Amino acid sequence: MRYAETGYNLEVDLSRGNVERVETDSDLAELYLGGLGTNAKILWERVPADVDPFSPENLLIFGTGLLCGTPAPSANRTIITSYSPQTKLMAFSMMGGFWAPELKYAGYDKLIIKGKSPKLVYLWIKDDKVEIRDASHLKGKGAVETSEIILKELDEPKAQVAAIGMAGENRVFFASIEQGRSSASRGGLGAVMGSKGLKAVVVRGSKDVNIANPEETIKLCSDVFDYIEYRERHPIKGVPPILAGIGSPQEMAVHDEQWHTTNFAWGNARVRRKDFWTPEVEKKWTFSMESVRERFVSCYNCPMKCGATINIPDLNPYMMKCYSKLTYTMASFTDLDAGLRMAQRGTEYGVDAFSAPQVMAFALELYEDGILTDKDFPGMPEDSEGRFNWLLDRIVRREGIGDILADGTYWAAQRIGKGAEKYAHNNIKKHEQLPLKLGMLNPIYFLMYCTGEKINITQIEGNFPQAPFPKREQREEFVKDWPQVPDEKFKKYFLDWEPRGENSIPHYPTIEATCEIVDWQERMHYIDDSTGMCSGLSAFPLKPPYHMHNLPKLISAITGFELDEEGLVKIARRNRTLVRAVNIRRGMRRGDEKPPEDHWKRRFPELEEKLLDAYYEFKGWNKEGIPKKETLEELSLDYVIEDFLQRGILADSEDEST
Amino acid sequence: MTAKKKTKIIKTIKVDVDLCNGCRTCELICSAFHAVPRYSSNNPERSRIRVIRDPLRGVFIPVYAGQYTPAECTGRDKYIIDGKEYDECAFCRASCPSRGLFKEPDSGLPLKCDMCESDPSLAEPMCVQWCLPDALTYEEREVEVEDEAENEQEDVEIGLESLADKYGWQKILDTVARMSKKD
Repeated sequence: MRYAETGYNLEVDLSRGNVERVETDSDLAELYLGGLGTNAKILWERVPADVDPFSPENLLIFGTGLLCGTPAPSANRTIITSYSPQTKLMAFSMMGGFWAPELKYAGYDKLIIKGKSPKLVYLWIKDDKVEIRDASHLKGKGAVETSEIILKELDEPKAQVAAIGMAGENRVFFASIEQGRSSASRGGLGAVMGSKGLKAVVVRGSKDVNIANPEETIKLCSDVFDYIEYRERHPIKGVPPILAGIGSPQEMAVHDEQWHTTNFAWGNARVRRKDFWTPEVEKKWTFSMESVRERFVSCYNCPMKCGATINIPDLNPYMMKCYSKLTYTMASFTDLDAGLRMAQRGTEYGVDAFSAPQVMAFALELYEDGILTDKDFPGMPEDSEGRFNWLLDRIVRREGIGDILADGTYWAAQRIGKGAEKYAHNNIKKHEQLPLKLGMLNPIYFLMYCTGEKINITQIEGNFPQAPFPKREQREEFVKDWPQVPDEKFKKYFLDWEPRGENSIPHYPTIEATCEIVDWQERMHYIDDSTGMCSGLSAFPLKPPYHMHNLPKLISAITGFELDEEGLVKIARRNRTLVRAVNIRRGMRRGDEKPPEDHWKRRFPELEEKLLDAYYEFKGWNKEGIPKKETLEELSLDYVIEDFLQRGILADSEDEST
Repeated sequence: MTAKKKTKIIKTIKVDVDLCNGCRTCELICSAFHAVPRYSSNNPERSRIRVIRDPLRGVFIPVYAGQYTPAECTGRDKYIIDGKEYDECAFCRASCPSRGLFKEPDSGLPLKCDMCESDPSLAEPMCVQWCLPDALTYEEREVEVEDEAENEQEDVEIGLESLADKYGWQKILDTVARMSKKD
C-alpha cells in the first residue's frame, strides 16, 4: 500500500486524445517527496532543453504536494510546472484551494498534460472516469464564469475547477490559472494551458488517502492546530500588522495599509508616496473593503481565512487574496474601489495581478514620455481606471498595442525599442517583480533576488525578520520564544543585527551568516513546495507552526519512511539543485542573476560579487552558478552529471563551465 | 397514561454558519476517525458531516448526517436568510435518494453521525475539536424524558395496529407464531 501518495499519475495526450493511468515508482517520494520535486524530475527527463514553451512537446504538470489530502493542516497546494513563455525557464507557480486534495481523492498524484488539442476542450476527471469534453461554448469566457458554467452543466457542485480566462486562451505571457479563491499566477502557465487548447480541468474524487502511522499523525497534526491557536493569541510585536500574524498576509482582514502604500512604489514601480496614508484614506478604504467583502474564505483543511469573496454591485463576484488587493490601485494611482473593480476584471480574464498592472503602468509611462504615441492608443479614455480597463481588454485579446504588451514588459520593450528597455526596469530574469524601491542594499535580499528561481521574493523569504528591531531588548524578547530556528546561531545573527552602525546592512549580517540565513529561508519553501504545504503556515511568516524540527516527524508519520532533519535538508537540497539544473540546461547563468538595477539606491558592486561567490560556493555551485559534479554526486543526481558532461556544461576534470 | 420521568443526556453540536470558513477540516477528520483502523485513511466522501459550499455566494453550511430515508420529499424548501438564497436541501440532514451526501461511496449504504462515540470516550467529537474557527461547538444538556419502558408498550401497539389495518389480524398472528418458533 502507498501512503500519502496514490501511486498513480494521470497522463493525458491532447493531440491524440489519449488518457492513461500510470503507476509511479515508489522510491521517488523518499528522494524528492512529491510536488515540485517530482515535477522537476519529470520535466528534466521528458521535456528536452530546447523545447519551446508553446510546443505540443512541452508538458504542463499539475502536481499535488506529497501531504495533500492527508490530515496535515494546510497541505493543499497544487504545484504547476512547465517552461515559462516569459522567462523561458522553468515555471513552478502554485495554488492553494481545494484542487490538489480532490485530485488525490480521485486517485492521482499528478495530472500530466502533453500535446495540443485541435479545438478548445476541458478535462473532466471523476475518479477512474476521465473525459475530454468540448469547450467551444466556453471560448472567451471568464475564468470564474467558466467554472460556474461547468459545475452547472455537469451538475457536480462539489467538483473543483482550475480554468483559464481569455488571457490564457490568447497566450498572454502573464496569464494565470484560476481556481476558486486561488490561482497559479506567476510565469505564464495559463498561456501554456491555452496553447494546449485546454480551457479547464475539473476534478471530483471519492477514494481514500492512506496514512502509515495514524495515531502519531493525528497527534502531530493536533499539535500544529494548538500552535496555530497560540500564535493567533500572540502576534509578533514590533512589526507592521501585516507581518505580525500567520497565514498569508492578511490583506483581506487588515485595513491598515500604511506599510504597503508608503513603502511600495506606485505606478510603474517608481513613485514612493511616503505621506499617502492619512486617517481620511484609512477611513475611506476601510469602508470600501467592508462594503464589498462578502465573506472570508479558506483553503482545504486550513483554519486561516486568508481570502475573501468580493461582491461589487453589478459585477460578478470573485475571490481575492493577499497583495492583489493593492496592485491595480497602486499601479494606476487610483483608489481601493477602482482597484477592486479592476481586479475583478483581471481575475475573469485570468492574468497575474503582479505583472498585469505593472505592464499597463509601463505602457502609460511610455505614452507620457512619447515613446508610444496617440496612434498606439486609439480611443483610450482619459481617466486612469478607464485606461487600465482599455489596455487590459486589448492585452487579453492581443489587439493592437495589446499584442505587444501581452508579452510582458521585458519582451514588449524589446519590440518597441526607442529606449523602452529602460522602462522595463523592475524585472528579474525577464519577470515583473514586486514594486519595491529601497535605499540601502540588503545582503540577504540581494542574494534571494539574484538566485531565486521562483523569481518571486515572497516565495523564498520568510522565518527571519525582514529588518532588524531597533532595540536589543526587543530582539531579546523575540528570540526568547523562537523554537523554529534550525540552529541556535540564527538567534545570535538576529540579536546582533542593528538598524545602524557597524552591525547593519550592507555589511551585517556577515557574508557567511547571510548565506546561511538565505539558505534556511529558501529551504523551507522548497520543502513546502514538495509537500504541498501552504507557506502561510510554514516558510513565509515569522514563527510559523511548521518548521525544521516537526516537519520530518510529520512526513515520517504520514508516509512511513524514515526521515530526520538531516534527511529532509538533503531532499530540499536535491530538489533545489534539480530545479537549478533544469534552468542551467535552459541556458541560465550567473549573468542572469541580478536584482533590478534600481531596487536599491545604494549599491556595492564589490560586496555583491563577494556575496554571490560565497553563496554559490555554499550551495556547491561553481562560479557560473552551475551545480558542481561533487554536489550532484552527493545528491544522487548522477543523471544530471551525465547530461551536463555531454553538453559540455561541466567538464570531466574540473567544474569549469563553458 | 401517566409516564414516569427520567433524565437523559442530549449531545448537541451547535453549528454557527457565520463562523464557518468552508475549509472542510471537519469532513477530513470525521472520515479519518471512522476509518478502520482509526485514522488509517481519510476520504471526505465517507464523512458524516459535509459542508454545503458556495463560496462565491458566501454560503458555507456544515451539515451532519441524520436519518436514512428511502424516499425523497415531495415538497422542497428554499430559504432566504439575510438576502442569501439557500439551496433546497442545504439544511437537511437526511441520507436521501435525491442527493449523493451521506452514503458510503463503495456500498451506497447510509452514513449517520454517531458523535464519535468510542471507548474511551472523547471529550468532544473530532470535528468539533479540529474546528478552530469555532463554527462547531459541542454541548451536552440534560432533559427529562418519559420512561421508555412505557413508551415501548405504546410503540408496539401502534405498530401492530397499523400492520393489522393493512394485512388483517389473522396474518399478523400467523406471522408472529411462525417467527417466534424459530427462536
